[in-house]
Amino acid sequence: MSINWYKYASPASFYFLAGRMIPYFSIAAIVLLIIGLYIGFFVAPTDFQQGEAYRIIFIHVPAAWMSMFLYLVMAFWAGIGLAFNTRLSSMVATAIAPTGAMFTFIALWTGAWWGKPMWGAWWVWDARLTSELILLFLYIGFMSLQAAIDDPRRADKAGAVIALVGVVNIPIIYFSVQWWNTLHQGASVSVTQSPKMAASMLVGMLIMSLAAWMYSIAMILMRTRVIILERERHTAWVAELKGAAR
Amino acid sequence: MLIWIIRRDLLLAMRRQADVLTTLFFFIIVVSLFPLGVGPEMNILRIMAPGIVWVAALLASMLSLGRMFSNDYLDGTLEQILLSPTSLPLLVLGKMFSHWLVTGVPLVLMAPVLGIQYDLPFSALIVLTLSLLLGTPILSLIGAIGAALTLGLRGGGVLVSLLVLPLYIPVLIFGAGAVEASTAGLGFDAHFSLLGAFLLVSLVCAPWATAASLRISIE
Repeated sequence: MSINWYKYASPASFYFLAGRMIPYFSIAAIVLLIIGLYIGFFVAPTDFQQGEAYRIIFIHVPAAWMSMFLYLVMAFWAGIGLAFNTRLSSMVATAIAPTGAMFTFIALWTGAWWGKPMWGAWWVWDARLTSELILLFLYIGFMSLQAAIDDPRRADKAGAVIALVGVVNIPIIYFSVQWWNTLHQGASVSVTQSPKMAASMLVGMLIMSLAAWMYSIAMILMRTRVIILERERHTAWVAELKGAAR
Repeated sequence: MLIWIIRRDLLLAMRRQADVLTTLFFFIIVVSLFPLGVGPEMNILRIMAPGIVWVAALLASMLSLGRMFSNDYLDGTLEQILLSPTSLPLLVLGKMFSHWLVTGVPLVLMAPVLGIQYDLPFSALIVLTLSLLLGTPILSLIGAIGAALTLGLRGGGVLVSLLVLPLYIPVLIFGAGAVEASTAGLGFDAHFSLLGAFLLVSLVCAPWATAASLRISIE
């Protein structure tokens, strides 16, 4: 059985597909969040060096991962929208930006809370912190550029260019702890090595990441649906939908 | 065609000399504000000098970005440029180069004088000037993307700063870092190599991105 991808590239059919998928992702996000927080607060052992304060990683690390990952996804869909002129991909890119900016903000904020007891400072001008801050600026630049342009197609394309130019920053953030000798600790989890942490900590963090992932998908689908309705408000199927709702 | 567009932009700039001088005086004023705000403590100023000069150069270069395409856009020249059979990235490169000649080069020439105000040693002055010489073209190249994207938008001037300044940050870090390394007695080759790498990458990529942005803005 092959899926007709072109069918779901049309905003009208994607609207209903997204509507069916949102409940599953929302429930998955809530369930994973509860499990992840339970493991994070009650199962994972206290760190022998960092005490209880380390538990903030269960929020911080997933948020930081998602902030970078969502930027890549956003730039990918924006690029697809620019290259193939598909409206839906650009709408998805626009829908991703606020969620990505939120995760970037959470990563910075929880990082500050973690930094105060550990480093004795809310903020240090360290390579990783600075480049994560630049990532927040990039998200804000993308959103404000799109907000300033009235024509949605031009907004999509202009946003795509700035998103693609900003992609340069992602490897810089990711590898900053390796390239520069910074205060921020190196990655504790990697694909190639065995993790440098207790198994329950790792499981908790991975579950929290999955929860963040599911949450992002649900939020992005919801926002895409709103954008679709806004842009397609003059079409027949939206009028039908409005008629049915009355 | 490249020579033609550079000559045309330079001629236009010569006819409107006030625009060029405004950017330069903005640069001088911003740099002169810091001693007034921080206090005339020479030891502190000497440490801060590279960063201040570089930030002021960033702001001055960014302020002049609006002029890069907007006049041509308003009088219709830009549409003719877009219609011309010559490759658009090449023409855009010419506009970037003339923007650098008009705004970047005066900043580079002025920087040693401002460095003397901050009591920088002679060797640091040379490094500062060279780092600006290597860095200011990058500002014109990257800035052109932002200028092209915000063409004809309301509040374009503020928006361009939001888009372009985050992308300027690496240039600032390594440009000012080179001067700091040289005053600390360390080698600054690595900083210069990275600035050169940025310059080459943006030289290859920025004209294409700007050309694409112009087509998006004008269609």
